[in-house]
Amino acid sequence: MMVKQNIQLDAAGRLKHFLSIEGLSKTTLISILDHAETFTSVGERAVKKVPLLRGKTVVNLFFEASTRTRTTFELAAKRLSADVMNINIDASATSKGESLADTLRTLEAMQADMFIVRHQDSGAPEFIARQVSSGVSVINAGDGRHAHPTQAMLDMFTIRRHKPIFENLTVAIVGDIKHSRVARSEIHALKILGVPEIRVVAPKTLIPAEIERLGVSVHHDIKQGIKDADVVIMLRLQKERMSSALLPSGSEFFNTYGLTSKNLEAAKTDAIVMHPGPINRGIEIDSAIADSKQSLILEQVTNGIAVRMAIMSLVVGNASL
Amino acid sequence: MTIDETLDTTKLLNEVCGQLKDRIRHIDPNKLGFIGIHTGGVWVANKIAEELQLKTNVGELNIAFYRDDFSKIGVHPTVKPSQLPFEVNGRHLILVDDILHTGRTVRAAMNEIFDYGRPLSISLVVLIARSGRELPIHADVCGADINLSKGEHVKLRGPEPLRLEICRDS
Repeated sequence: MMVKQNIQLDAAGRLKHFLSIEGLSKTTLISILDHAETFTSVGERAVKKVPLLRGKTVVNLFFEASTRTRTTFELAAKRLSADVMNINIDASATSKGESLADTLRTLEAMQADMFIVRHQDSGAPEFIARQVSSGVSVINAGDGRHAHPTQAMLDMFTIRRHKPIFENLTVAIVGDIKHSRVARSEIHALKILGVPEIRVVAPKTLIPAEIERLGVSVHHDIKQGIKDADVVIMLRLQKERMSSALLPSGSEFFNTYGLTSKNLEAAKTDAIVMHPGPINRGIEIDSAIADSKQSLILEQVTNGIAVRMAIMSLVVGNASL
Repeated sequence: MTIDETLDTTKLLNEVCGQLKDRIRHIDPNKLGFIGIHTGGVWVANKIAEELQLKTNVGELNIAFYRDDFSKIGVHPTVKPSQLPFEVNGRHLILVDDILHTGRTVRAAMNEIFDYGRPLSISLVVLIARSGRELPIHADVCGADINLSKGEHVKLRGPEPLRLEICRDS
């Protein structure tokens, strides 16, 4: 993946594509958060639109189903006055190599300025970024188990709005770490922003090998894992995992790893609860917690628009220089 | 860059306040709205508000998202959001900036204002208007008009004290 030369950056170190949190500097991440802060005010006005990307064409290229990510990207692009096209590709019909190469040729002819890519295979957005002509940007909207960097940034933004000093935080990420691109991107972002204690909490079957290398501690007991945490991030348990051998059942998972008010007592009293959505009530999170004051789940969605506006305008601005 | 000259800011501010008082004399104070353009314009607007003892808060406009040089310089690094603490609809707006040069900033500011609503009128107030206009935009109230050549710049330093400097590319 992102090894030798970081394809996301131009020669001057400016963000040209947004594919992965890995390899980005703290300054870059902070700059995204600061810009997003400005964009939140746009959503509070009578006319929720600024002319920054007027005349630009943004293509939502989704090889994998998504509702909230695609719609918030679409809304973000529209609030920046860009023209938006949504292309959903049933990737199951063709094999990966053919599908990507063929699609790309067509898309190049459309003179798009930006591609927002979601793909079930890790590395697909980077593959596309290497193919597009200069001046065209690619944003990763989630690829395989690899990364979901805009989700991680909107979570960092949400955390900063409630707990402004990253250096003082203990953050616990609970749930299916193994299959979660969100968790991976979040861990990188939290590390870069200086969070001293990051914990992952899950049964052994849902923890990837050597995750400790990323600088996190591993817990198998939820109470222990979220003890004195400032931030608890719950991950969605994908239903298909329950049918495989990895987990016995949804209710059993809830009994041992679900976030209930009783479990949450172990965290700090002012701890915030987050979830990238969509939530499975009664499987990874108790309804009462999801709807409680501590839960920022809906605020995450709103913040996602401003954060995506910031990232899109930064990369388009840099790509056109 | 060398500093050539420092202009008397107090004198310019007095001049602006005098002209402005005259201009807004017949306007219902409840229908007035003051807006400063980031950053210098906000400083000047606050000084004027103090001097004229205005009751409403001064709005702040960050025109970074409305600039016409986005494709040349990317996203502007200024990140403070715009804040208009009053309804724009049906209000006489006093738009304040420190220096009027090409007119492009004022164009961008007016575009942004109309995304908040439809004001009854907009008057442009600047501390100093320098030569080099590129758009048909002129100040309604102005502390002084000066002629500068291409390599010369006016810069407002502040907020306390406000200081206008004329510099030259060296």
